[in-house]
Amino acid sequence: MNELIRLLSYMICLAAFLGLNLAYLGWVERKGAGHIQRRTGPKDVGPYGLLQPLADGLKLMSKQLIVPANADRPLYMCAPILTMVPAVLLFVAIPFGEHLVPREFSFGLLMMFAFASVGGMSILIGGWGSGNKYSLIAGARAVSQNVAYEIPMLITAITIVMITGSMDLNEIVRQQGGYIWNWNVFRLDKSILMPVSFLVFFICSLAETNRTPFDMGECEGELVAGYHTEYGGMGFGLFMMAEYANLVIGCSLTTVLFLGGWQSPIGIFPGPHWFLLKMYFLIWSFVWIRWTYPRTTFWGLLNLSWKYLIPFSLVNLLLTALFIKVF
Amino acid sequence: MSGYFKDIITGLKSLAVGLQITNKEFLTKPITLLYPHESVKMYPRYRGHIELIKDPETGMNRCICCGMCEKGCPSGSITVKSEKRPGVKGKVLTAYILNFTTCSLCGQCVENCKPEAIRFSNEYNLASTRREDYIFNLLEKLHPEGIPEPEVDPELLKKELEKEEAAKKAAAAKKEAAAKQEAVKKEPAKEGGESKAEEKS
Repeated sequence: MNELIRLLSYMICLAAFLGLNLAYLGWVERKGAGHIQRRTGPKDVGPYGLLQPLADGLKLMSKQLIVPANADRPLYMCAPILTMVPAVLLFVAIPFGEHLVPREFSFGLLMMFAFASVGGMSILIGGWGSGNKYSLIAGARAVSQNVAYEIPMLITAITIVMITGSMDLNEIVRQQGGYIWNWNVFRLDKSILMPVSFLVFFICSLAETNRTPFDMGECEGELVAGYHTEYGGMGFGLFMMAEYANLVIGCSLTTVLFLGGWQSPIGIFPGPHWFLLKMYFLIWSFVWIRWTYPRTTFWGLLNLSWKYLIPFSLVNLLLTALFIKVF
Repeated sequence: MSGYFKDIITGLKSLAVGLQITNKEFLTKPITLLYPHESVKMYPRYRGHIELIKDPETGMNRCICCGMCEKGCPSGSITVKSEKRPGVKGKVLTAYILNFTTCSLCGQCVENCKPEAIRFSNEYNLASTRREDYIFNLLEKLHPEGIPEPEVDPELLKKELEKEEAAKKAAAAKKEAAAKQEAVKKEPAKEGGESKAEEKS
């Protein structure tokens, strides 16, 4: 019975949290884009355009779902759902607070990465199922990008696991308690390259969530709208929502692994507010980066991964192993 | 190998500079003009269609209806209609019609205007699907609430009336004189039948 209540409250809270985030991150992005370009962004629907996401949602839902003639119908229909499922599922393991964890897995980190790669596959399915050359190119690009960036991301995650000796996300956060220098970013006693490692992880999460400057999957200038070219109505809406859900998850994971999750930087009042503060700061930096940098070329993107991120993460792995062994 | 690290450092530096620039722009006020709610403040030298100037002292236009603008207009876009009113000095403008569809904004009319009665307006957002909407009566535009009657100068009116009276009298006298002369002339022709009768009575 207790378990059932826990499950229900988790479902309700998650739905509310996700729904609000997905809707209002779109608003934040549009407002941020506007102000960075010295425009005002949405402002007419509601005060400060705050009802804009609602209007967008209504518009998307009222649209007809059209399946292109030469699309692979089952794949085409299931791709948007398949992007959304892992995005929602991954919130199970994220520790928002010390006791505010939907489910404490001893292998939470592994689960995160396992299901995150399903998201990349759903992009390929969407691109393939659309029966459109642009979508297909976008899908292929997105997958090769995801493969390339998963390697440094995983190696960096392994460094963290080596330091903490646990794959439980809540345990990782617990070990970063106390003050700001106990956060994994600043754990120079474990490896002097930890800040670089954080940067590598940050860049990889940018690429994994298909955000500019690594949005090879969307690539408006070259591929119309990439893998969701053929999607309209709520199919497109689900893709957009999944993008923001992945954004939230990527930032949550970075917060948990490097920025001490719900731990306070000054040692007092640890709690979910710190987690949210850090997460939203990272999300804002994602938006900030998106509207600052142009898209990289495809070879530039792979170059960055294979020539810079992977060597650096490997060096950091070796250094961490050495530090742990020696000290 | 040395180029490798140099690339990373310069690359990161330039990325940081980019972020600084967008941050600076983010913190400055947006320059968007909310067009239907606000409108652009035009520069004084902007050339919109011409308009009549309201004299701040009299609240009327300064047009003397000389028609120099009409004559100077290379496209024949201007028509000035005027009339004489009793008790008012000079002519009174009754309609100043500008056909803006043919106007090329050359400014000859403004150059020609001696009393500086017309100027370029700052009107820039004109839109219509009908050609007739571009034929303006500038006098109506100057007084959208109704064209005011020009002030009648009583002394001038009196003078004018006297003059008119005098002119009438003079005309009447002239007529009489002319009639008399005619009569005198006619008398011999008519063999003085009438004048004879008069003399009798």
